[in-house]
Amino acid sequence: MPEKRKIRNEAGELKLGFVILILIIAAAATLFVATGFGPVSVAPGTTARILLSRLPGIGNHIVPDWTPVSENIVLVLRLPRVCLGLVVGASLAVCGVTMQALVRNNLADPFILGVSSGAAAFATLGMLFGVFAFLGTYSLSISAFIGAAITIIVVYILSRIRGRINITHLLLSGVAVSMIMDGVTSIIKLGAPNALGLHNAEFWMSGSLASAKWAYLKLPLIVLILCMIFLMLNHRGLNLLLLGEESAGSLGVNVRRLQKELILVASLIAGVTIAVSGTIGFVGLMVPHFTRLLVGGDHKKVLPISALLGGILVVWVDVVARLIIAPEELPVGILTAIIGGPIFIILLKRSNKEKR
Amino acid sequence: MAENSVRLQVRNLSFSYGEKPAVDHVDFHVNRGEFVGLIGPNGSGKSTVLKTIYRALPPDEGEILLDGKPIADMSYRESALKMAVVGQENDVPFNFKVREIVAMGRTPHKRLFDLDTPEDRYMVHHALEHVGMEDMEERSYLHLSGGERQRVIIARAVAQESDFFIMDEPTNHLDISYQLQIFDFVRRLGVTVLSAIHDLNMAALYCDRLYVLKRGRVVLEGTPEEVLTEANIRDVYGVSCTVAKHPATDKVAITFLPARRQKEDT
Repeated sequence: MPEKRKIRNEAGELKLGFVILILIIAAAATLFVATGFGPVSVAPGTTARILLSRLPGIGNHIVPDWTPVSENIVLVLRLPRVCLGLVVGASLAVCGVTMQALVRNNLADPFILGVSSGAAAFATLGMLFGVFAFLGTYSLSISAFIGAAITIIVVYILSRIRGRINITHLLLSGVAVSMIMDGVTSIIKLGAPNALGLHNAEFWMSGSLASAKWAYLKLPLIVLILCMIFLMLNHRGLNLLLLGEESAGSLGVNVRRLQKELILVASLIAGVTIAVSGTIGFVGLMVPHFTRLLVGGDHKKVLPISALLGGILVVWVDVVARLIIAPEELPVGILTAIIGGPIFIILLKRSNKEKR
Repeated sequence: MAENSVRLQVRNLSFSYGEKPAVDHVDFHVNRGEFVGLIGPNGSGKSTVLKTIYRALPPDEGEILLDGKPIADMSYRESALKMAVVGQENDVPFNFKVREIVAMGRTPHKRLFDLDTPEDRYMVHHALEHVGMEDMEERSYLHLSGGERQRVIIARAVAQESDFFIMDEPTNHLDISYQLQIFDFVRRLGVTVLSAIHDLNMAALYCDRLYVLKRGRVVLEGTPEEVLTEANIRDVYGVSCTVAKHPATDKVAITFLPARRQKEDT
């Protein structure tokens, strides 16, 4: 009996590795294929060869037969955008997972709880008035991080009643805080000293990857990797938080400390992500939910799979967003809601049916 | 040696949620191997006492010593290795398998970089076997009945490998067969137990000693036979009953008398 058990458990572990491998392949495929899509058509073969020519080792064997324009479109416009989509999607999904563990509720999401609005308000302040200009190159990211942190802390405190997170209070205070923050953003915009800054702020806030540059990628990627390492090391603590604070404490977790760390992690990820992409809603809600329907609630699985799924999802939604009403572009944020919502509802219904 | 046999010593413990003290200068102890029950009416402070012991609430006053060491000086990991808690907070709003819930009991044995080992998996399986749920490892915890969930939580405590169980009314809302089963499982483990118990007959059946709480104070203590008398139960709970030693169990059994009957008597 124990022998049989062991094999099956190891098969279970294998399956996780297998799923991750498939998703990594899917992400890589996404990188190649999605780079080919856009208003100006560059043949898929050409796109692939331009990309491959940049890979060390293979690159030398490929004879460049494409125009410099094509190369420019692929390498300067599209590739950074796809890469940013992967990073932003992964970050939003991981941020959602973190916030859900923190408040012990799978409805938590940086968008729904007003964290995006808070980050956006502070970032707008920085963008239009240069309030945080003394912080240098990363002033936008840092101001968004501060806004995100303040919002998470406020919503968290408001929704705690006698040491427990009350779901109704959580959602309502999220809505209220996000309205306040949106109001603040509007006031800032009204008082904006220059039209150009205002235009940039508007475009950025609607949630878009259109302005992607290689330079935007570094900070969110570093933050994502560091936060992922921290979260994966603490995956047992995250699991235990879902049982409730009392159970977590009795199973050896320093609950207060972990909660503070998670607030920091969620604010960091939300802040730096929103600083480069604006608010792209529902990714942090949908992706962890899909992931849990696929592999259950264990954070050891939920974290990496959510990150990969989130990245892939955002890239493809962005592809659709730039093609659907070409040459115009839809904000990605609108599409994530429209596409993700119904799929989410269907999956939720199905899992409810299985319950009975 | 005598000092060695005391696992838990609570001295002068007080806690209040607001103005009114919920626990008011409570003293008691649990010896190694004992099954000690906390009984008392609703709101008498049973849960609050237990919560201060398992560190969900910080005491306002007093001292809690576990194996002679103040619990406030221990890391959460250290206290989790010494005592397992079966609380009332057992709903999990996320989808976990039974095996995963039980595996969470292994957490205090794990350092930051440790992976799950075959030994952990063996412990999880063994713990589920102990409560007769080894065939349900892959089932979703969300879909279990109340009695099954409580057995999983007991299994989690078993997987935690501590020899001191703190239980907060572990059989609340369970069918009578499950109530007996839960206490039987725990007794079979031979661990030291401190449990809040709602049902006085259950307390009489399983406990070696009882402490009676009323309005946050310990008002009575002793063996079930000493504590569970008709006069004491009337004083503490305000109900009439008859108490007799049951021939089959050799334990006291309490029969409560309905209010109408009491009036006729008086």
